[in-house]
Amino acid sequence: MPAHAYRRRPFRPAPEQQGKAGRGGVAIVGGGPVGLTCALELAAHGIPSTILEEADTVSEGSRALCWSKRSLEILNRHGVAARMVASGYTWNTGRVFHGARELYQFGLQPQGPQEFPAFTNLQQYLAEEFLHEAVARQPLIEMRWLNRVSGVEPAPDHVRIAVETPAGPYRMEADWVVAADGARSSVRRALGLDFTGRVFEDHFLIADVDVHAELPNADRRFWFQPEFGGGDTALCHKQGLGMWRVDFQLGWNIDREAEKRPERVLPRVRAMLGDHPMEITWVSIYTFQARRLARFRHGRVIFAGDAAHQVSPFGARGGNSGIQDAENLAWKLAYVIRGLAPDRLLDSYDAERGQAADENIRITSRTTDFLTPRTPASRTLRDAVLHLAADAPFARALVNSGRLSTPTIHTDSPLSTPDGEPWAGGPPTGAPCPNLALAAPDGFLLHHLGGGFRLLIFLGEAAAIPPGLASLLENLPVMPAPGIEPLLVARDAATGPVRTLRDDDGSVHEAFAAQTGTAYLIRPDQHVAARWRTPSFPAIAQALARALGMEDKA
Amino acid sequence: MTKHLSLAANIADADGFYERLIRLHDGLSEAESQLLNAKLVLILANHIGDEQVIAEAMELARKGVGEAHAPTT
Ligand SMILES: Cc1cc2nc3c(=O)[nH]c(=O)nc-3n(C[C@H](O)[C@H](O)[C@H](O)COP(=O)(O)OP(=O)(O)OC[C@H]3O[C@@H](n4cnc5c(N)ncnc54)[C@H](O)[C@@H]3O)c2cc1C
Repeated sequence: MPAHAYRRRPFRPAPEQQGKAGRGGVAIVGGGPVGLTCALELAAHGIPSTILEEADTVSEGSRALCWSKRSLEILNRHGVAARMVASGYTWNTGRVFHGARELYQFGLQPQGPQEFPAFTNLQQYLAEEFLHEAVARQPLIEMRWLNRVSGVEPAPDHVRIAVETPAGPYRMEADWVVAADGARSSVRRALGLDFTGRVFEDHFLIADVDVHAELPNADRRFWFQPEFGGGDTALCHKQGLGMWRVDFQLGWNIDREAEKRPERVLPRVRAMLGDHPMEITWVSIYTFQARRLARFRHGRVIFAGDAAHQVSPFGARGGNSGIQDAENLAWKLAYVIRGLAPDRLLDSYDAERGQAADENIRITSRTTDFLTPRTPASRTLRDAVLHLAADAPFARALVNSGRLSTPTIHTDSPLSTPDGEPWAGGPPTGAPCPNLALAAPDGFLLHHLGGGFRLLIFLGEAAAIPPGLASLLENLPVMPAPGIEPLLVARDAATGPVRTLRDDDGSVHEAFAAQTGTAYLIRPDQHVAARWRTPSFPAIAQALARALGMEDKA
Repeated sequence: MTKHLSLAANIADADGFYERLIRLHDGLSEAESQLLNAKLVLILANHIGDEQVIAEAMELARKGVGEAHAPTT
């Protein structure tokens, strides 16, 4: 496999440059993973958008490679996940070494059959190519390559955007702007917003290596003080199409240019991977930061992905959290645009994804403190943990080579209704539903959730629908807009008056800690809004109103 | 009921314990001693486990240490 052949896209004059100026609905600045996902999610809700992208091709070089299960569940709605899995390398187990000694292995996949692996490794440029295939299939999305946004001017009921192109500048107006223009966001600068945080004083040499040999060890491997040298720590991942990602921690005081030279890089890589025929296709030296915007929503301009927050990549939380931003934002924006929810629903995007950013910054900063101790005492404690980890199981829990991305649970969100009854188990309010296997031919649970609000009603062992539930089901159609579609989950092949999912082996009931009559209200982004042991129409109506931002949290 | 850090004497042979603690460092360099102390802290903290007790112990240990550099405001 040679290095990726970046397909250069031609410039096409924008309608505004051909005298066809029209006031656009949603303008998305930046066509990276987050902007593309946002456009696809909006389109799935029937909302058209225009993507303004300054480059003429996908992301170049070594960037994201580990895509989480949750990201694939989201992208699966757009026909992208299967493509990624087919071309990528999937894994569920990580291995951690100290010197030559293996300290432990960690497994990431929960119990039960899963549609997607914990992680799929795929070069960011390939992930973006597959997203572009989906965008091209979607008539509601207009992709504008070689369109650089140079100015953004918010007005009360629209936003003016200045764009530069090879054919000269033009202006356009949009009702909403999604700023997904990455860590160096021009939109952020145009609004004069601060983006401060912590810089980690360390350098990481990161390379993509095309290895012309079958290597035996393909799990994620992380070394502290690797026996083969090369850096304080080292990390190795297999990617798609025979490509490998290697990462060496070089420290703070280095000559960046010298370290990037092939004669310095190759010996390091060979010491790690073995003396095989190989070709280095990309080398970068990175310094990482942790920072976020204080607020993600600025009226009609809303920030997502790296434009809103940045973390060090140990844990694969950058792109994966950005994809969740896009999902979280898209349904809320769609509901507000369609008049199904008040403007205030968009404030909950800031609350929920701000919480996620704080969580990701906290978790990745802890990892970085372990990899790059800032004080002699911190280094001594780190070394003590590594010493102990081989002998003492408790110390393995303290070894931190990255806590891999998991979706944030928005329990305290203004959209979540707190539990009114005691619960032991089940996805808590604010969590995404687990993607459990159903009896054939129903596939997986998440295929049936999302888009609109759903009420999952569990029938348990009951042979027929109990009378209480029957009257609830009768009344559900009069639920105010946008309404709720009920979905029964049955242990038996019982055919109810509404769509029924079959849980023959009871595993879905078990995972939801469900008994006969248990109900979960599921948001359009597959997160739990509320849950009940004994659901009632008024309680469901109230939870729906709250999940739409119509009501303050009590 | 939450447990609290106990400060009452709990080691029967206090002098013997203290001697063993010092002896443990015999022949070690400064850096090795630091490492040993750190390992010991981790082992004992894990054995205690109770986060409240550990937090109180941390607070007590920090008391009066580095005060010269504490901010004056
Ligand atoms: C070494 C490394 C490893 C990583 N590993 C992982 C990983 O394993 N998993 C993971 O999830 N994340 C990882 N990340 C993070 C991930 O790459 C980013 O979080 C992700 O790319 C963010 O996506 P985005 O769409 O927000 O921004 P970007 O990918 O930066 O996309 C922004 C887009 O906006 C465009 N743009 C910028 N300015 C303008 C403008 N003025 N007008 C128009 N367009 C503009 C850019 O050309 C670009 O296409 C890694 C990052 C690095 C550096």
